[in-house]
Formats: sequence, structure tokens, C-alpha cells
Amino acid sequence: MSGHIVSRKVYFAIFLSLMVLTAATVAAAFVNLGALNVLVALTIAVAKATLVALYFMNLRYSERLTWVMVAAGVTWLGLLIGLTLSDILTRSWIAGALG
Amino acid sequence: MQTSHAMAEVPGPAPQALDYLNADYGIRSWLFTIDHKRIAILYLLMITIMFVVGGVFAAAVRLELLTPQGDAFEADTYNKLFTMHGIVMIFFFLIPSIPAVLGNFCLPLMIGARDLAFPRINLLSWYVYMVGAVFGTFAIVAGGVDTGWTFYTPYSTTASQTNVIPAVLAGFIVGFSTILTGLNFIVTVHKMRAPGMTWFRMPLFVWAIYATSLIQMLATPVLAITLLLLVLERGLHIGIFDPALGGDPVLFQHMFWFYSHPAVYIMILPSMGVVSEIVTCFSRKQIFGYTFVAFSSLGIAVIGFLVWGHHLFVSGQSAYAGMLFSLLSFLVAIPSAIKVFNWTATLYKGKISWDTPMLYVFGFIGLFTIGGLTGLFLAALGLDVHLTDTYFVVAHFHYIMVGGAIMGYLGGLHYWWPKITGRLYPEFWAKIAAVNIFIGFNLTFFPQFLLGYLGMPRRYHAYPEEFQVLNVLSTGGAPVLGVGYLLPMVYLIWSMRYGPRASANPWRATGLEWTTPSPPTTHNFEEVPVVTQDAYDYPAMEKKVA
Ligand code: HEM
Ligand SMILES: [Cu+2]
Repeated sequence: MSGHIVSRKVYFAIFLSLMVLTAATVAAAFVNLGALNVLVALTIAVAKATLVALYFMNLRYSERLTWVMVAAGVTWLGLLIGLTLSDILTRSWIAGALG
Repeated sequence: MQTSHAMAEVPGPAPQALDYLNADYGIRSWLFTIDHKRIAILYLLMITIMFVVGGVFAAAVRLELLTPQGDAFEADTYNKLFTMHGIVMIFFFLIPSIPAVLGNFCLPLMIGARDLAFPRINLLSWYVYMVGAVFGTFAIVAGGVDTGWTFYTPYSTTASQTNVIPAVLAGFIVGFSTILTGLNFIVTVHKMRAPGMTWFRMPLFVWAIYATSLIQMLATPVLAITLLLLVLERGLHIGIFDPALGGDPVLFQHMFWFYSHPAVYIMILPSMGVVSEIVTCFSRKQIFGYTFVAFSSLGIAVIGFLVWGHHLFVSGQSAYAGMLFSLLSFLVAIPSAIKVFNWTATLYKGKISWDTPMLYVFGFIGLFTIGGLTGLFLAALGLDVHLTDTYFVVAHFHYIMVGGAIMGYLGGLHYWWPKITGRLYPEFWAKIAAVNIFIGFNLTFFPQFLLGYLGMPRRYHAYPEEFQVLNVLSTGGAPVLGVGYLLPMVYLIWSMRYGPRASANPWRATGLEWTTPSPPTTHNFEEVPVVTQDAYDYPAMEKKVA
């Protein structure tokens, strides 16, 4: 509990950025970028989540232990995605190996 | 409990020291309590009921398997029986068992705290559990569910005609109660330790519960997401797992097991913590290799997250991922083995006594070792093709979850019973029950290893004639095991009224919980204790006596 008080202006600025990013997501969905569409949507989503965590959840002003917990969460998400990809990305290899 | 008015408010000298049990009476004083000890009792009540319900389903399954023909139940009914057995036992009994009952009761006492960090959240977690239980009960009463406790897609999202959504929501909701409990424990261990209670003076039970809580926090949200996606696909036909809708059914298995393999450690780690407490106390020795045992809990918690793909060896998962997961699965056996070796080394030259908690510990060590080693059989990529989805797997996990986890739970329940209730249980009957459980367990589950190895698949209500002898043995063991579980229910309840009163420290154990009266007062400690010693200083205690 750092007791840091965030000014209302910051909250509004963040809220506005989230709205702009939402609009960007919708706009991007109408442009056909092929596989890049997913990448764009996910990048925007990650940016939004980061803003929410940093400001709305006050992470930016929190103590180190809280950061450790968040880092753990993100790392574990990485494990979930990474090891799942170890399956998905290599599924076709065996077909090739067997000719 | 008779209803009378709040005794705590009556002024004047109390005739008898107030403890957390008689500080207040009446149903409201229980349903609105924020005392961690009372909440532990609320959980104890519920998980015992769930254990009985799950046990009834198990009995029905064994009854059907007495004969090769599918005669007792229809195939569909049988599918529902083993599904509901699994859901009730795993989500409503075993996962909350030690953390929510013994952890809730003992953890603050063991670290010298007056309560958990968030007493109200603790009570909330019980209510969330109850809401989950209502959904679960609804799923059962409305006709049951037949997907298996694993809810595999696309069967669960497209084909099954049963109450999948209520059952899945039950798991979803009860998961949040787990998360809340885990969160509470983590914060409590970080923030509420008594002066002098350094991390490396904490009892190993606390380490085990802490590691378990980490898993609960990191894994359970993924279960929630997975189950929610399942509901979205089944309810709204959004294609995520169903290939017909553009989904990938193996993705469901990845996500499900990302939670559920760690969840098996949620079930076993707390039991390992109990074993560390009991094995030191009843051999009157310091634990062998304290730091190894402590860190192996964390090691299990971390590596346990890297092995889930061993459940997908034959699912269509890439062979390369299979190799990786096989290798990683072998690694997770290392921290488990460290624990087993350290406990046996602790026994070495100890002054071993054969009280009931210790009997359960011996049972645990032997049966867990068998369960863990057969896990390695299954983790071997080639062998698993033969063994997967056979009774060998069923035997493997029952050796760990019933032979290991429940033994630890019962050992712990007996060990702390005098503290929880202030009464001693009848030692003679307790020993009979422990031996009874050991024999009944092995009779029930050992034949299943052989059956699986011979090729009998799991989850079928009928089987070829040649498997009958072993199945009769297994079904014969079930009632023996059942009687073994019934006995403690009877004599423990009996002891609450008629058992001799327990002293503060009937086992002459170290640990702060034993410095409080039995049962403790509502606020645990009159004065916050100051800790100056390492855990398990039994040698010093023995010297004092001599
Ligand atoms: C020593 C480490 C362990 C290893 C290497 C291991 C390995 C395995 C493997 C490879 C399977 C999949 C078998 C198959 O479906 O073909 C399996 C299944 C299972 N194991 Fe373990 N295991 C270990 C420890 C545990 C523990 C500690 C528990 C429980 C507390 C447990 C509970 C289960 C369950 C519930 C299943 C079956 C799930 C299902 O298909 O319904 N295992 N284990
Ligand atoms: Cu596993």
C-alpha cells in the first residue's frame, strides 16, 4: 500500500486511450491484412491490458512483491502458450519425416 | 449445538475458559463466523458430505464391475456414475480437503498469527464453495452428466445430452473458492508471521500449503477460462474446440491439463506437508534436510506446470511435443523422490512410535511411492500407448490420490484432532481403522494395475470374462475400504462428546499450534509468540525430558 494518489486526469487519459484503442481494433478488423489481422488485434489487446494493469490496478505504484506476482502470472501465461505451441507448430513435421 | 445467547457477552468470570467452540453458540455464530478455525469446521462438514456422496457413486461403479456383463446399470447410467464420482471427489472433496480444513485451521496457529490475512474473504470462499455445490447437486439431481470428470470436447460440447453446463459451472465456481483460499494463505504467510518466525523456521506443512496456494493461484484461472470456453461453445456454438466449427479439440486437452496436472499436486502437496509434521513428531527427530524438503515443494509446484502434455500422448499431439513432455515428466519425479528419501532418512535411528497418525504416514510413504513410480511408467512415451486409458492409469492415480493424499488427510486429521476438538479419539479403534484402510485400499486397487496391464480399458460397464477374477477382488476390497472410512466418522464424532479431554500438547510436538490450549481460544494467542528456534527441535525436547 504505497498510498499513492493518482490524479483524475491520469484516469481520464487512460480511459480515453482505451477507447481509442478499441476503435482501432474495430477499424483494423475491416482491413484485410491476412494473418497479420490476428497479430494487430492481439498487440492492441496486450497494450490495453497493460494500461489497465499499470494504472487502473495501480501496478505502477505498487511494491516489488506485487510486481513479482504479476511477473509470475505473465510467465505462466507464456508457459501455457509456449508449450502448447510446441505441439501445434510441430504437428506437421512427423508427416514430413515419414514422407 | 443448542441455541442460547451469545455467551461471550455475559460479564463476570466465566466458569470455564472460553475457547473458539464455546465462545458463542447457535447456527448464526457459525454461518457468519470469520474465525479461521470455525470456517475450517464448516469446510470439514461439507467435504465429509461430499466424500460420502462420491463414495456412493464409487460403490455403484464397483458393483457394476463385479460381473463381466453390464447388468446392474445401463451403459449410459454407468458413464454418469463414474463421471459424478470423479467430479465430486476431485473438485468438491480432495482439492479443498487439506488446505481448506487443516490448512485453514492450522496455518495461522503454526505461524503465530491471530487469523488469516483476510478473514472475511475466508468466509466468502466457503460460500462460493457452497454455490458451486448447489450447481453440482443440481447437475446430479437433474439427471447427471456423462462426459467423465475431464469434460473432453467435442463430446462435451456437441454430443452429450446430459447436464454438462451445470456441472461445468459447478467446477468453474468452486475454482474461485480455491483461488480465494490460496490468495489468503499466500498473503498470510508473507505478512502475518510472528516475530522470529523466519521463512526457514516455518513448519514444512506451511511451506507445502504455500506452494499449493501458488499452484492454485496460477493454475485455477486457466481452468475457469477453459470451462467458460466450453460453455460458450456448447451454449452459443462459438467454434473453439469443435473441428466442425473450426476449433481444435486437442486445444481443450492442453488447456484442461495445464490446470489439471498441477491440480494433482494441489491434491498431494498438502499431504506431503502433513507427513513432514507427523514423521518428525513420531520419530522424535529433526527433519532430515529441511531446506531440501521445503524447496522440493516449490520445485514440484514449478515443474508440475511443465508436464501436462503427458496426458495427450495418444490424442494427436505432435510426437515431438510428446518427447518433450515425456522428458519433463521424468524430471518431476525428482523433487517427489527427494521428499520420500528425506522422510525415510528422518526415520533412521528415530524413536519411532506407532500411533495412528504415524500409521497413516507409513501408508502414505509406501503407497505414494508405488503411485509415483507407476507415473513414470506412464510418462514413458512408448509404454503409455499400451497403458493409456486402461485400468493401469486408474490404479496409478488412485494410489496417489487415495493411497497418498487421503492417507495424509486422515493422518493429519487424527494428529490435529485433539487441537481441533479438545478431545482424544479412541486409539484402539483408530489403529484398527488405519490398518483396515490400508488392506482395503490395496485389495481394491492393486488388481487394477494387473487388469490395466492386461489391457482392460477404463470407463466401460462391461468387460471380457477373463478379467472377472481380478475385478471380483477389486470389488471385494471396496467394502473393506468403505468400513475403514466409516469407522473414523463414527469414533471421531463419538469422541467429540465422550472422548477424554486433550491437553495442550498430547503428542509432545514442537510447533506453535501446540502452545495454545486445546481447543484454542478465538484469537489463538493471548500474547503474540516470539520464535527463537528452528522447526522440529525434537532432540532438545527429548533431552529436557531425560
Ligand atoms: C511422479 C510424478 C507423476 C508422473 C510422472 C505421472 C504421470 C502420469 C501420466 C503419464 C498419466 C497419463 C496416463 C494416461 O492417461 O495414459 C497420468 C495420469 C494421471 N495421474 Fe499421474 N503422474 C505423476 C504424479 C501424479 C500425482 C501426484 C497425481 C495425483 C495426486 C496424479 C494423478 C493422475 C491422474 C488423476 C491421472 C489420470 C487423469 C485421467 O485421465 O483421468 N499423478 N499420470
Ligand atoms: Cu499428469
